[in-house]
This record gives sequence, C-alpha cells and structure tokens, in this order.
Amino acid sequence: MSERSESRAGLLELDDLSVTYRIASGEVPAVRGVSLTLDSGAALGVAGESGSGKSTLAMALLRLLPRDARVGGRILLDGEDVLTMKWGRMRAVRWAEASIVFQGAQHGLNPVRKIGDQVAEPLLVHGQARPEAARKRVAELLDQVGLPTWRARSYPHELSGGQRQRVMIAMALACSPRLIIADEPTTALDVMVQAQVLTLIKDLVAENGISLIMISHDLSVLADVCDRLAVMYAGRIVEQGPSGEVFHDAKHPYSKALAAAFPTVGDPAARLAPKGLGGDPPDPMQLPTGCSFHPRCPVALDECATLDVELWPAGERRTAACVHVRAKEEAS
Amino acid sequence: MTSVATTRRRQALSRFWADFRGHRAGVAGVAVLVAAVVLALIAPLFIDQSVTSVVDTTGDDFDAPSLAFPFGTDESGRSILLMVWWGSRTSLLIGFLAALLSIVIGMVVGIAAGHFRGWLGAVLMRVTDWFLVLPSLVTALVLAAILGGSTFTIIMAIGITTWPSTARLIRAQTLAVESRPYIERSKALGAGHWHITTRHVLPNVAPLLLASTTLEVASAIVTESTLAFLGASANKTSWGTMLRGSYDFGAANEGAWWYILIPGLAILAVVMAFTLVGRALEAVLNPRLRRAS
Amino acid sequence: MTETQATKEKVSTAGQNLLEARDLHVEFVARGRRARAVDGVNLSIGEGEIVALVGESGCGKTTLARTLLGLERPTSGEVRYGGTALDYGSKALKAYRRQVQLVLQDPTGSLNPRHTVYEAVAEGPRIHGLADEETAVATALSRAGLRPPERFFLRYPHELSGGQRQRVVIAGALALNPHVLVADEPVASLDASVRGEILALMLKLRADLGLSALVVTHDLGLAWNIADRVAVMYLGRIVESGPVEQVLTAPRHPYTQALMSVLPESPERVVLTGEPPDPTRIPGGCRFHARCQVLASGKAAEAGVDGKCRSEPLDVLPAVPGAQAACHYADVAG
Repeated sequence: MSERSESRAGLLELDDLSVTYRIASGEVPAVRGVSLTLDSGAALGVAGESGSGKSTLAMALLRLLPRDARVGGRILLDGEDVLTMKWGRMRAVRWAEASIVFQGAQHGLNPVRKIGDQVAEPLLVHGQARPEAARKRVAELLDQVGLPTWRARSYPHELSGGQRQRVMIAMALACSPRLIIADEPTTALDVMVQAQVLTLIKDLVAENGISLIMISHDLSVLADVCDRLAVMYAGRIVEQGPSGEVFHDAKHPYSKALAAAFPTVGDPAARLAPKGLGGDPPDPMQLPTGCSFHPRCPVALDECATLDVELWPAGERRTAACVHVRAKEEAS
Repeated sequence: MTSVATTRRRQALSRFWADFRGHRAGVAGVAVLVAAVVLALIAPLFIDQSVTSVVDTTGDDFDAPSLAFPFGTDESGRSILLMVWWGSRTSLLIGFLAALLSIVIGMVVGIAAGHFRGWLGAVLMRVTDWFLVLPSLVTALVLAAILGGSTFTIIMAIGITTWPSTARLIRAQTLAVESRPYIERSKALGAGHWHITTRHVLPNVAPLLLASTTLEVASAIVTESTLAFLGASANKTSWGTMLRGSYDFGAANEGAWWYILIPGLAILAVVMAFTLVGRALEAVLNPRLRRAS
Repeated sequence: MTETQATKEKVSTAGQNLLEARDLHVEFVARGRRARAVDGVNLSIGEGEIVALVGESGCGKTTLARTLLGLERPTSGEVRYGGTALDYGSKALKAYRRQVQLVLQDPTGSLNPRHTVYEAVAEGPRIHGLADEETAVATALSRAGLRPPERFFLRYPHELSGGQRQRVVIAGALALNPHVLVADEPVASLDASVRGEILALMLKLRADLGLSALVVTHDLGLAWNIADRVAVMYLGRIVESGPVEQVLTAPRHPYTQALMSVLPESPERVVLTGEPPDPTRIPGGCRFHARCQVLASGKAAEAGVDGKCRSEPLDVLPAVPGAQAACHYADVAG
C-alpha cells in the first residue's frame, strides 16, 4: 500500500503513441501521435466517435491489437515500456496490474461455465490462490460488485445484462489491478442499469484507489465518472482537460458538438432544437489536410485547411488543438 | 438508369471473377469441368452409340493399353477410352439433372419452411426429416427397381432422396435472413410473402445454393455410379455401368486394371473438380468468410 | 405557469387524432408463460405531432409500436387510424402501410446489403406499384437530406456512413408519402455527432410535410430534443403522459422521477432496486410498487396510500393531451 502511494504521479504515460493497421489496400492510421499521462488513482475519460481511434488506443495499452497493427511511440506503465516487454511479463501485467472491461458483456462470458468458476479462473491460472481461497475471494468480489454470493453458482444466461456486466467487472478486479480500462462498459444497457454500473465503477475507483480509463462516445457519462477528459478525433486528441470544464465549456468545436449531442433535460436551449454536426467522420485513409476537422467545422478559417494544428494551452491544465484557441492564448 | 445498374452488376461480376481467380484449386476445377463438359458435348461429332456395341468391336478381349487402344479394351473388345468418353454424356447428364432436381425441391421446401413459421413450416420440416432418415441409397434402389431403369428414373431416384439436406441448409439460412431488420422494414413497407422470399431471401441464399449445387452434382455422379454398380442402371453406358461391367466380367481376375481404373479415375476427376469449385465458390461468396479477409 | 399555458394551447391546436391505440392488449406465450407485453394502453398521436414513448427494454414499447404499425395483432382493443379501426385484411393492411411507416434502430441491418440505395428506396413504390418510381425515389432522398440524390442511387449500404444509411431508411419510408412515422430508437446506434442531424431531420419533415411521429426511445434527452408529448411506459402500461415541458421538468410518477434522476448531472440519484420488470409476472396492485422508491421510503404510508399501492390496481390512463400519472400517491399528493 505504501509502495503505491509513493508512485503518485504518472502511473501510465503515453508518449507519441501511434497505431497503423496494414490492410490489403494500404495503411490505415488509427491512432496518430497521442501523448497523455494518467496519475495513480485518477480517472480519465476518452471520448470520440467510431473510427476516432479510441478503442484501438485501449487495446494498444495491453498489446491486444491484431497482428497487422504496427505500434509506434512508447507506453510506460509504472516506468516500464509495455511495447518492449517480454511476453511472460506482459501476461503478468495483464492480470495483476491492468485489466480491461469490454462492451457487450453478453459475449465476454462462457455460456457453459458457472459464474464463480469464470471469476476464479485468473486467480487459479496465475497460481495466486488455492481453490479454497479462490472461492472466498470470488464471494468477496461478487459482494464488491453488488451481486449476492450465491450467484457464483449461476450460469451466464440466468443473469440480466446489468448483472453480467457486474460479473465482467468482478473478473477485472480479481487480481487487484491498479488500472482498469473500460471500453464502452454501459453501451448496451438500459438507463437504470447503466446508472447502477456507473455508480459501481465510480465507487470502486474511489474506494480502492484504482486508476481508470473509460472510453465512450457519450461525453455526459464520461464527465459524470471521470476527473479528466480527452476528446479524440481522427486518431488524435483534440482537447484535454478537467471533465467538468471540457463538458460545459469546450474550447474545440468538435468537443462542443459532442457535448451538445446529449442535451440536458430541462435546458431551454436544447428544447426542440437538436444539435448535430454536418458531414461524416473522415476516412482514415484519406484524411483532410491541415486540421482534420476543418471540413465539418462550423467555425473553420481559410488557414485551417493547411495549418498543422497541435495541442495548444487553453487554460489551466487544459489544451485544445484549435486555431481559435491559439489565437486567444496569443492575445492574452 | 437501368444501363448504369447493369454496369454496376458487371463490375460486381468482374470483382467476383477476380476473387475467384485467387483460389487456384477452384480455377483448376473449372478447367477440368469445362473440358469434361465440352468433350461430352462434342462427342457425337467424332463417335456414336456404336462404340458401346458388343457386336462390331475391333479389339480382343481385355487388351492391355496399346497405341490402337490407349486405355485398353473390355471383355468384348470395346475401347475403354471411347466408352469413357461416350459414357461421360450419361454420367454428366444424370449428375446435372439430378442435382438440379434435388436443389429445386430443397430450395422451395427450405425457403417455405423457413418463411412460413406456422403449421406449414412445421409440417414441411417433419416431411423433410422423414426423407432425411430414409436410407437414401436403399430408397433410390427401390425406386429404380419399381419404376424401371431409365435415365429419367435414375434422375428422379437421386433427386428425391438427396433434397432433404439441401432443404435443411436453406431453411437455416432463410431463418437467419428473416431475422434481419430489413425484413421487418420490408413488411412495414407492405411487402407480401412473394416479395420477401424472392427479393430478400432468395438473393441471400443464392450463393449458398450455388456452392451446394456443385457439391450436389458431384455426389449425384457418385450415386449414379453406385446405383449402376448395384445393378439399377439406365441401361446406357455410363461410368457407373462400366465399373459394374468390370466387376461382372472379373476384370480384376484377368489383370485388366485399366478396365477398373479408367472409369474410376474419370469419376474421381469430375467429382474432385466439382468439389474444388464448390469450395472456392463458398469462400468467395460467403460474406462472413469474405469480410474476414 | 405561462409555459404550461402555452403548451396547452399548442396541444389543442395539434389537430385531430391521427393514430390511436384504444385499450390495447398484446399477449405472447414465452417459455410456456403468458407475457402481457402491452397490458392496456390508450395513446393517440395527433396530426403533425411528435410523441415520444419512453421506457426501459422489456417494458413493451417496441411491441406497442409494432402493433400500431399493424405488424402485430392485438389480443384485444384496437388500433385506429383516421377515426376508423384498423382492418387486418391483407388489402386494407397494404393500404395502411402507405399511411404509417417504420424507421428502425439499426440502419445497417435495416438495409439489405445486396440492394443499392435506389433499390432500397424504390422498394416501397414498387410494392405498391406507384407510377414514376424514379421521381419518387429522388424526391424522397433529397427530402431525407441526401443531395443530389442521383449521386447516391448506385451506392451500396456498406459504402455509406451510419448517418447516411439512416437517411436512406428514412427516405425509403418517405417514398410512400406516409402521414405518420414510427421510429424505434432512430439514433441509438448512430455516432453522437450525427444524432442531432437525424433528429433535426425529423423536426424538419414535420415542419415541411406535416409528418406526425411516434419515437420509441429509452433516452429522455431525445424526448426533450424533439417531442411535443411524452408517454412513459412501465411493464406494458403507460404510467405517465403529457406535454414534454411538464412531464420532464416536473415528473409526478415515481418511475419517471427515477428515470430522470439517473441522467448525468442530476443532483440526487434514485437507483431502483429489485428485479427488472418481467412481463410474465406483473405484480398486483400498482405494477410498480415492488420497486417504488416513494413506497419504500414510507412517504406513501404517510399519505395513507401504501395499502392501495400494494393491492389496488390503477385505472388505464385515457388518451388525453394533458399531463396525467397513474399513481395513488401522486393522486393524493397532487
């Protein structure tokens, strides 16, 4: 415990991470130079649409990408580079230090094995516990995620969608990881169940000092759970900052559009006025020149078509990759 | 409008051919099949029924392969080469027609059973199951025996006994297609049974049908040979009846290996070719396999 | 108060009831048990009105929508269109299809991958043998915001983005010139930035063509975005309905309150416990009582209605435009 508190800062550091898929018709850059830092015990939300590279980013963190993906840059987990790690060490890291919760809990569980056995599997495989101790730990874990312990004897089909997602979270917690990566953990769930699962994740992070990276297209959900937000577009982070500020006062026009897509009920500005963004996400094989958002941007300038944008400071602990932000910074 | 649509179709077809060309075994299969079919079609230009006649033979009994008879002769001195060539007409005809019959019955029953999910579907499936558990070879033998041995009978016998597996396959695929939201959308647009089955279900099961047809032809040729070997034949020279003859006249005892081997190899080559084409078609047309690549 | 007044006026000018469900029941047999998916619903959609039907999965909202479309037959009660009961004869049903059209959640699945955009949109006109199919398709596509339409004719669904696919599905419905669209989660599987565009399209269609719509959704934000009226469904019944401004700013039914409370940013969260609703086992009394937070907190007992909550079933809400809730506690607490 004391060991953990010593390494307060920088549990996870991404340095110019890039992922390129090689397919028959060429190369698809999915992630194009992402740098970010996750402090120990912090929760970071990564927002973006399909094709923005957010899921690729998550998979890259634990080297779960398919073979045709080429990864560049560095991923430092506790100062250790994940990309150059030996295979055996990687496996140990996957269970003991960081684990991942996928969307679609329906498919993540083996339908013919009991819940308890599946949760206990990582404990037994990694020789962390004897069967008796594992059983006790499973009961503990199920209790932690709010499931009655007798559920260990159930099969996946006897559980509802929300309960299955809880089991997935219990599995992720089994080896007491320090980092949990949750990829759209509530997408297929009902509002009420979604709220339950989100509350659970929030509490677990707060109580156990686990760090969290949560990935979603729903900015409002991320703002609710995470301390900081990173918004991705076309493989790059376009805005980063404390979640409340990014959600309510986005600097980048894309983050603004994402935030407006999920209106606050009761907000007169959103009543009978749904807000969207024209155009479609760009084809990663034919990215626009300059700022890759400029063809859809409502406030684009002429120079945006040629200007290389980067993350400019946009306030305290905030950055945004928009020419308007740079202009403001320079003026002040 | 329509002309552009045709161009689009042509593009799709050329893309399909490009994909298919990638499967070398499939291309080899097509080459063998084209050769076999062309040879069977042009046979009357060079030879006729008389090559199967025991009366006007030119060779000796069980002549070993020689320059005059490249594949030797049979028990009556007939040329094995010419017999195999002539016999390919019957074998291929029975193979194609029996497969067609089996596929048509299987398709209609399968789509109907998958589309009408009430009592009609249930009844159709029970009938299919009933046919499926009948020992098909025995049934075919009995049918051929009752109806008498003509080419038509053999085709019927093979067609009637082999359709249930196709029906099962098509029904499963129909059920998968019918659960897609676009069927619901089509119903909401006002589509009736005919529209849904012909516009949505059929095009989606067609690739499967095509692939399964090629496999079916192969198995029909084998079944014809088996039936002929067991004595239920069309009384016309086919590869199966030749094998039967080789057995009847003790070709093995006479050391006339060519009499057994040549028709056997002909069957093997055509069946292999069909199977290779079928596999390649499946790989090219099956959207799931294609998407993975 | 003035806002409420204003909405009341709008509702009264919304015109005649176009599509109506009267005491509708739909039952299924699921795993040997009778499931009452729709268990007594009165609902009406006026001309040019957008109604949001909100509820969790399994509440019967999709079954209700399918029944309104005539894709499902009611066990009892009736669907009325333009004042007459729906005739389930095949001819009458086909004619009805030209009036009421469907937009599904998943645009990718709603389009046959082997059909071009033109074929997909022309499907309706072809089924109904409409004259001048090409003009109908072009008009529908441009109304759905795919302009110029000719550019899209020969594309296949996989060559389009998710938003464009949903526009094609909407165009396919528009090609029949319907009066009502029934949209089942129309934006749930779309990207966030495209979502608003599709919703804006539905509002524009209402403004331009006077199209009415029933939008089935689990998303209250969507209701706030585009609907005039909202109906909240729980276990086969509508438990609260009324103008969006009223129901979503001052919900009276505890279930609606709980749904509102789990939205991000809401101050106090009421997370419902208990088993998820199961239409094969609808509890007696108020169907929500086993999970009701008002009953659990004892407030219902204070108001002296707890006995009623547990034993006395509530009446089916009538199809009136004003705000109403099916709740014993709301009745006494006002």
